[in-house]
Amino acid sequence: MTTRIDIRFAELAKQGRSAFVTYVMAGDPDLTTSLDIVKALPKAGADVIELGIPFTDPMADGPSIQAAGLRALKAGMTLKKTLELVRDFRKDDNVTPLVLMGYYNPIYIYGVDKFLTDAKTAGVDGLIIVDLPPEEDDELCIPALKAGLNFIRLATPTTDDKRLPAVLANTSGFVYYVSIAGITGAAAADANVVGEAVARIKRHTRLPICVGFGIRTPEAARAIAEKADGSVVGTALVDALKNSLDAEGRATAKTVNAVAELTAALAQGVKGAQQAAE
Amino acid sequence: MNIAKPNSYRSGPDDRGHFGNFGGRFVAETLMPLILDLEKAYTAAKADPAFQAEMNGYLKNYVGRPSPLYFAERLTEHLGGAKIYLKREELNHTGSHKVNNVLGQIMLARRMGKKRIIAETGAGQHGVATATLCARFGLECVVYMGAVDVERQQPNVIRMEMLGAKVMPVQSGTRTLKDAMNEALRDWVTNVHNTFYCIGTVAGPHPYPTLVRDFQSIIGNETKTQMQEIEGRLPDSLVACIGGGSNAMGLFHPFLDDPSVEIFGVEAAGHGLTQLHAASIAGGRPGVLHGNRTYLLMDADGQIQDAHSISAGLDYPGIGPEHSWLHEVGRVNYLSATDDEALAAFQLLSRLEGIIPALEPAHAIAKVMELAPKRAKDHLMVVNLSGRGDKDVPQVGDILRGKSK
Ligand SMILES: Cc1ncc(COP(=O)(O)O)c(C=O)c1O
Repeated sequence: MTTRIDIRFAELAKQGRSAFVTYVMAGDPDLTTSLDIVKALPKAGADVIELGIPFTDPMADGPSIQAAGLRALKAGMTLKKTLELVRDFRKDDNVTPLVLMGYYNPIYIYGVDKFLTDAKTAGVDGLIIVDLPPEEDDELCIPALKAGLNFIRLATPTTDDKRLPAVLANTSGFVYYVSIAGITGAAAADANVVGEAVARIKRHTRLPICVGFGIRTPEAARAIAEKADGSVVGTALVDALKNSLDAEGRATAKTVNAVAELTAALAQGVKGAQQAAE
Repeated sequence: MNIAKPNSYRSGPDDRGHFGNFGGRFVAETLMPLILDLEKAYTAAKADPAFQAEMNGYLKNYVGRPSPLYFAERLTEHLGGAKIYLKREELNHTGSHKVNNVLGQIMLARRMGKKRIIAETGAGQHGVATATLCARFGLECVVYMGAVDVERQQPNVIRMEMLGAKVMPVQSGTRTLKDAMNEALRDWVTNVHNTFYCIGTVAGPHPYPTLVRDFQSIIGNETKTQMQEIEGRLPDSLVACIGGGSNAMGLFHPFLDDPSVEIFGVEAAGHGLTQLHAASIAGGRPGVLHGNRTYLLMDADGQIQDAHSISAGLDYPGIGPEHSWLHEVGRVNYLSATDDEALAAFQLLSRLEGIIPALEPAHAIAKVMELAPKRAKDHLMVVNLSGRGDKDVPQVGDILRGKSK
């Protein structure tokens, strides 16, 4: 099985370039604006899109992404509408990889089999589910692989060499290295420390390794891009979105551009990186 | 539903932490290695006689165990049916059953070399117990508490601060117990290297539901011995309130394989089951939150719903996974009591027995008021008096004065 993720990373490897991965919350601040934002991301330079599934109790997220999820839910977002958003995005973009990221409960309640069928049909390429470690692979990971979706696992600073093989066993698409022990929006990790961690994981897998958590600026993205196959930015984009809203938390004429402009600046940073010699 | 009856109700969980379809380890990867370490440390501690001996020493001389099994003569007379015994967990040091579990976890944390302890709390009883044992053993203590609960359980906030703990009011979500737990998990993910998460009930990822149950089972084990001494036989029924379900599980677990014992868990029905409430079994369905699969209050999209109870300790949209399983296999009957029923029971017990209960076990008393009159006079009913009402005196005082105006 080859997904848009596999194809994209193969292309980037050929170009000798690190991927720029953007995270935004589906339905933030409302469905229409959110679709416009997602459509704008590839044009602004995003190589891979991570789309958050809103959840009331995101226990690995900091205040910015918590608030984004609550804005989306307040505006009526659901998992069903998230899949509709993906389907609408796919009408004019059949190449940019799209990964859904979130927590298990909404998927469990939607029904795993139905969700996998609907997600695949809508044009989802992979899943990152924060609260499904390898110990729970039977729940969603194995069925997702069977359904032709990538299951992208998080590896963290606490995942030692003994545990890495278990974490990597059913991982596909790419590996998401969480650069710090912490929640989204926390302080950044030192690029050199990250580089060592990436090298350590590389000894166990040939999958691309993207690094996220704590990357906010073009300079930071560039530093990470020199050490890894991709850098993920989420909280900074969500903050840019939030700062463009009106006092009632509604979208303004500036909202889509605010996210697109920061995306472009970050993408520029990533593209300026000297890829580490393989 | 067609669920096979197990040979024993006491053999769970399996080695992956499942009670039937419930439980498990639904946590972020960052926490997984630590959870596996905790499981190892707990298994080793259980097999170490020195660990049990040290615990027993503190349970006796610091906590003040065994807690009495007291015949509530006037309540029995008043209700005119079953003979009612109160298991007096409210007499423990710090005023509730929570200390049984905290002692065990703090001793585990010491074995694991962790110097910083975090906890979530609803009513503040678990927070107070944690702050107390951290003071006793010289450990740093941070307690997460929903901002709503900080307001309604002020006496416990003051106690925790006096004991040297840092109380962190949680402003996210519904600002109650569920959000305190989210925030504690976020702290844990961030400080996983030096921090032990002391969970206050039989919930969370495996092995927490099991180890909390084991530490609380002293309640049921003592009850069994004491009832044998007093009445020469087993009790006929057990009643306990359920937030996450730790005081209930502690009383129930030693009796699960005694088929003559009827068992009742009491959830908080808040304003009533058709309105805002906290009864996950009566009004919820299975889902995944806070590390385990269990009955939860949620909407059609799997979003967790706000719970409501007059009692901060029961104001949680979930329940421990072993309770979900005991419900599905039919071993325990889950009932519910409303805010008003709990308030009435709170006053009745205060007036008849001179014991002011916490609002949480007042829910159990409320159902005893219904169950006992329908039972014979030789029926032995044990109710877990999980905590004392000092923390609730200001809140209930306000409510009662407001009502009488
Ligand atoms: C006195 C008392 N009883 C019961 C509870 C509910 O917890 P659990 O169901 O875990 O016993 C609490 C929680 O704060 C409590 O303080």
